[in-house]
Amino acid sequence: MAYSARARERFGSEISATREAGLFKDERFIHSAQGAEIEVEFPAGSPTRKVINLCANNYLGLSSHPDVIEAAHEGLDSRGYGMSSVRFICGTQDIHRDLEEKLTAFLGTEDTVLFPSCMDANAGVFEAILGEEDVIIADRLVHASIIDGIRLSRAHQDSYKHSDMKHLEQKLELHQDKRFRLIVTDGVFSMDGDLAKLDEIVELAERHDAMIMLDDSHATGFIGRTGRGVHEHFGVVGRIDIITTTLGKAMGGASGGCVSGRRELVELCRQRARPYLFSNAMPPVIVAAANTVVDLISRTTERRDKLEWNARYWRAGLTEIGLDLRPGESPIVPVMLYNAKLAQDFSRDLFDEGIYAVGFFFPVVPKGQARIRTQLSAAHEKEHLDLGLEAFRKVGEKHGVLGLGKKEIIARFGD
Amino acid sequence: MADEMRDTVLEYVRNEYVDEDDEDTELDYDTPLISGGIVDSFSMVSLKVFLERKYSIQIPDAKATPEAFDSVNKIVALVREYTA
Repeated sequence: MAYSARARERFGSEISATREAGLFKDERFIHSAQGAEIEVEFPAGSPTRKVINLCANNYLGLSSHPDVIEAAHEGLDSRGYGMSSVRFICGTQDIHRDLEEKLTAFLGTEDTVLFPSCMDANAGVFEAILGEEDVIIADRLVHASIIDGIRLSRAHQDSYKHSDMKHLEQKLELHQDKRFRLIVTDGVFSMDGDLAKLDEIVELAERHDAMIMLDDSHATGFIGRTGRGVHEHFGVVGRIDIITTTLGKAMGGASGGCVSGRRELVELCRQRARPYLFSNAMPPVIVAAANTVVDLISRTTERRDKLEWNARYWRAGLTEIGLDLRPGESPIVPVMLYNAKLAQDFSRDLFDEGIYAVGFFFPVVPKGQARIRTQLSAAHEKEHLDLGLEAFRKVGEKHGVLGLGKKEIIARFGD
Repeated sequence: MADEMRDTVLEYVRNEYVDEDDEDTELDYDTPLISGGIVDSFSMVSLKVFLERKYSIQIPDAKATPEAFDSVNKIVALVREYTA
């Protein structure tokens, strides 16, 4: 047997080490559809209980929306379950084309190509477009999938301090000898919830002859006056060369992603991007539902407006209670606790109070920056948020962190 | 000369990798830069470009390893191989 006792012991010890370091990830089993309230079995084997969900990427509350579910049923009935093919052999239906056209119009770009996920879009886009004569200059806090994608390309790689425009400009000057310069940033940074300074980035890119790639996964559908994304928020629609985004968060939340942008760059992804070439077409049921999602949010801003109100109300409420927040304007609101164990204990106590919000700590965020990341949804009603605020007040009081800032919390709990 | 080079490299690393409001990161000539998480492997490229321009040298890619760049002292030793 090739899987020897030595191999089992070796891999087993790696798992034990992960557990001992407090980094083991447990899944919590949910017995209901995704929504503002969910039925959770936690710990595994316990009876389920109803809790308010404050950690989904279900920003627009569309994951279980009746119109989206109905569209999925229709897609299943009319176009079948699976495509059993990659896109370019026999995996492209009319509804795939419709979705790409709708996303192009929604994002204000020239063309769009779908991927099985945004992780795949990010994994494929750099290698498809850039070569060894080029340089990619990325914000240091971009998402892990971008880092993986950059590693797969042959281009030179560099980075700038998070949202530090002076540093970015130095890097653009440093790399003037390269054929093309590509600035890479998230639109909304997923751990802190802050927005990239996209207006300044566009200005720098135009001054120093650089292109821009924006991952707007935590923005598409709700940031900007009509929810187009961070480029709309900063008034720079049409000036971003590549946008990658996901259908797995606000846009119905099932799966799928895309590369959208300049016509030639999107075409190169169709011709060369390996996750597009070598994985199955998105299933019809998801494509049909996503088409309805884009229609729905193009027709009215009602849901993103409600989300904006919820995020503002939640942020103001937590501030009033005396919790230490990362400043920002997105529906990602991190409650800073700095100490990893405190964040874990806090999350467990919140669960006992009927609130599902998870602690994040190293290596997901830098050491000494542990937090509870809360995420708002248009599915939340004011009553949900009031119950959530009361739970945060109670648990915050129990741990004695109300009214304390970073230094005082670290002094009491360590970092 | 070596001392001057050490300080130049240390100053560059501090400006390039440590945030202005970061009071917690201690940096000296032997602080592990890459294995210590101060320098990310991506931006090693700009450190290499800086050294090559500053000291008018060419460091072969094969020599520009994360190990060779892991402290100010190691970087200075590497640069001296090519300036000698």
